[in-house]
Amino acid sequence: MKRFVLLASAALFGLAALPALAQAPSTLRIGLQEDPDVLDPHKARTFVGRIVFMGLCDRLVDIDPELKIIPRLATEWSFSGDGLTLTMKLRTDAKFHDGESFNAEAAKANLERAMTLPDSLRKSELASVESVSAPDPATLVFKLKRPDATLLSQLTDRAGMMLSPKSLGPDISAKPVCSGPYQFVERVQNDRIVLEKFKGHWEADKYQFDRIVYRAIPDTTVRLANLRAGELDMLERLAPTDVKSAQGDKNLKVQSTANLGYQGITINTNHTDAANQPMGKDKRVRQALSLSIDRKVLSQVVFEGLYAPMNQPFNPGNQYLSAALPVPERDVAKAKALLKEAGQSKVSVELFVTNNPVDAQLGQVIQAMAQEAGIDIQIRSSEFASQLRDQQQGKFQMSRIGWSGRIDPDGNIHPFVTTKGNQNDGKYSNVEVDKLLDEARTIYDVAERKKRYDAAQKILQDELPIVYLYNQTVFFALRSNIQGFVINPDGLIRLSGLKRS
Amino acid sequence: MLALIGRRLLIAIPTLFLVSLFVFALQRALPGDPFLVIAGEERDPEVIARLRQIYRLDDPIAVQFFAWLGQVIQGDFGRSLRTGEPVLGLIIQKLGVTFQLAVASMLVAIGIGIPAGIIAARRKDTLADYSASAVALFGLSVPHFWLGIMLILLVSVELRWLPASGFESIFSDPKAAIERLIMPAFVLGGGLAASLMRHTRSAMLEVLQSDYVRTARAKGLAEDAVINRHALRNALVPIITLSTILFGELLAGAVLTEQVFTIPGFGKLIVDAVFNRDYGVVQGVVLCTAIGFIVMNLLADVLYILVNPRLRDS
Repeated sequence: MKRFVLLASAALFGLAALPALAQAPSTLRIGLQEDPDVLDPHKARTFVGRIVFMGLCDRLVDIDPELKIIPRLATEWSFSGDGLTLTMKLRTDAKFHDGESFNAEAAKANLERAMTLPDSLRKSELASVESVSAPDPATLVFKLKRPDATLLSQLTDRAGMMLSPKSLGPDISAKPVCSGPYQFVERVQNDRIVLEKFKGHWEADKYQFDRIVYRAIPDTTVRLANLRAGELDMLERLAPTDVKSAQGDKNLKVQSTANLGYQGITINTNHTDAANQPMGKDKRVRQALSLSIDRKVLSQVVFEGLYAPMNQPFNPGNQYLSAALPVPERDVAKAKALLKEAGQSKVSVELFVTNNPVDAQLGQVIQAMAQEAGIDIQIRSSEFASQLRDQQQGKFQMSRIGWSGRIDPDGNIHPFVTTKGNQNDGKYSNVEVDKLLDEARTIYDVAERKKRYDAAQKILQDELPIVYLYNQTVFFALRSNIQGFVINPDGLIRLSGLKRS
Repeated sequence: MLALIGRRLLIAIPTLFLVSLFVFALQRALPGDPFLVIAGEERDPEVIARLRQIYRLDDPIAVQFFAWLGQVIQGDFGRSLRTGEPVLGLIIQKLGVTFQLAVASMLVAIGIGIPAGIIAARRKDTLADYSASAVALFGLSVPHFWLGIMLILLVSVELRWLPASGFESIFSDPKAAIERLIMPAFVLGGGLAASLMRHTRSAMLEVLQSDYVRTARAKGLAEDAVINRHALRNALVPIITLSTILFGELLAGAVLTEQVFTIPGFGKLIVDAVFNRDYGVVQGVVLCTAIGFIVMNLLADVLYILVNPRLRDS
C-alpha cells in the first residue's frame, strides 16, 4: 500500500511537472562554421555575422527565395521617373530592443552613420546615395547621385539594418541594440552568441523559439558530430562529403540551395610582368584551358557530383543567366587546335590555390585535365590571406578563387572585370565591357538590364579573364524535428516560422 | 629563496623583451595583409587605407614596435583587429578557460602517469610493466585531434554519454563543466600521462638501485615505506622538472584539443588570431605564454627546494 501511495504521488508529481516542461524556454542551437566578427552591422564583414544579424537586426527590405525584394521595415517603395529619388513608406509599429520606436528619423541616423563612419564597411554599398531625409515619421527619402539598380538589394542586408539611435556609441558592438525578432544576451568570443526573443517585435508571433544560441564550430566533422549527438538543432555549410551520410541518418535531414556566387579561375591578363605569358596574353590559350576542363567530372571527383557545373558568374536559376551561353562540353581536340592556332605546342603556367584539401584536389584535377590538351600547370598553394595579397599585387598567373555572391547581379560581375573594379586583380580591361556594365547598374527595368549583361557576357566568354567552373551548393543539416526552415539563395538563416515538432 | 626569486625575475625582463621583439618581427614577416582579411570581401581601398591608419600599420616597424611596447608596459595590450575587443580582457577570459582544462588534464596525467610508473618500476619486466609501457607508447603516438574525434564519435554520437563539445565554467555549472571536460582532459592528459609514466619508471628504477634504498631495505623497513618515504621522494625531482616542461606541451596540445572540442580557450584564441592576422592578439598571447613559461620554471625551482632540503643552503 505504502509503495502504491509512493508510486501514485510520483505519478502525480510527474503529471504536475509536465505543463512546466512545456513552458520551459525553448532554445534553437545553430552551429556556425566560424566565429562572427564585430556585431555592428556597419562595421561587420563576415558571412556568419550576417547569419546572426538575421535574428538580431531588422532590415528595411528583404528577399524571398526567388530573390524578389519584399517588404520588411519598409512596407512599400518607388523610384521617381528620373531614377534619382527613392521614397519608402515605413512601418509605424516597429520598436528597438531598448523600447524606442523605429521611425524615419532613426532610419536616417543609421544610414548616415553607415555612410560616414570612418571604419564603416558599408560606404561602397551606399556610394550612390547623396542624402537621406525624413519628411515624416513614416516616410524615408533617398536622393541619389545616379540611378542605382543595386540599392534595394543592398538594403536587404547590413546597409539596411537598423540600430537604436540612442545606443550608437563606440561600444555598440559589445551589446548591439537593434529592432530584430531576437535581442542580444551575451557573447563569448570563439564560442557562442546568445539571443532571446524580443516580445515587442511587430511580428513576434511568427517566432517560436525563446532563445537562439549560435555556436562557432569550425571543424565540419565535429560540427556534424554535435548535430548527431543532439547538441545542435541545425548547422550551416555541411561539407559535400558528409551529405550522403547525413541524408542516411534518420534523425537528420539535409536542405540545400544554390549559392549566389561563383567559383572559377581568375587569370592575370594585364597586371605586372606576371601577365606576360601565353595564358595572360592570348585569349585562344584561355579558351583552350576552358575547353580542356570537364566541369561535370570535376564536380563528380571533388564534390561527389553535388555542385552544379557553371560558366557564368550567376547562380543556377538566376534571371540574369544568359541562355545563349550553355556550359561548354569538354573538347580536347578543339583545345589543342586553339593552342596550335596561337602558335603554342605546349603552354606552361602556374595556378595559385588555397592550401586546404579541397582546393588542392581541385587544382590537381584541373592540372590533369589541362595536361591532356597540352597545358602544363604547376600548382602553387598558400594560405588564403597570402593568396589574396599576392593576387591583389599581381603576383600570380592564374588563381583558383571564388566569390560568395551578391543578390544583385552587379555585385558578381562589375567589380571583377571593369577596368577600375576593386576586385579586378588580373587588371582585365575592355572599354565595351566597362560601358555595358556601367550602364546596367543604372537601369531599373530587368529586361533592359539583362540585355547589357548578355552583351557583356558574350565578350567575356570570348576573352575569358575569368574561367567560371562550378556553383557551390549550400547544404544545411537539421535535426528531423526542426520544421519550417525556408532557405534563400543568400544562405542565411531566417528564424521566422522555425519550430520544433 | 627570495633572492633566488628576485634574481630570476630580473633575468626574465630581457627574455621577455627578446621574445616580444622576435614575435613582432616574425609576424610582420608573415605573408598576407590583415586588412585584406578585415576590410571584407569588397576590399574597398578607402576602407583599407583608413584601417591602416587607425592601427598605425604605415609607420616604420620599429616605431610600431616601441609604440606597442610602451602601451604594454602601461598594461594596455591594444584591441583585437577582428572584433575590437580589448586584448588583455580576451586573454584573461581565455586563460581562465584553458586553466581549467589544464588542471583537469594534469590531474588525469598525474593520476595515471605516476602510479603507472611506480607499478612498472616495482614490477620491472613483468606483464604489468610491459602492458603499462605499451599503453604509454600508444598514448604518446596517437595524435590528439584523431583521438578527440574518435572519442566524440564513440562517446557522444554513438553512446550519448557525454556532450560532444563546448565549455562551461566549473564555477557557474559544475556538472555541465565536468561533463564537458572529461573527454578533452583525457585526450590532452593521456599523452602527458604517457611521458610521466615513462619518466617515473626510469627515475624509480635508478633510485631503487641506489645505496640508501638498499640500506633502508637492509634495516628492515617495509617495502611500501621504502618506496613512499625514500625512493619516490628522490625520484620526484626530475619528474617535477618534467611536469613543468609538460606545461608547455599542455599549451601546445591545448591548441589542437580546443579546436576539436571547440573550447573557447587560449589555444583556439591564438590559432584564430594567426589565421586572421590579428597582430595585437598574437603578440599579447605570445607574451603571456612566455611569462607563463618563466613563472612555471621559477615554480619548478621553488618546488625542488621544497622536496630536496639539500638545495636549501646552496
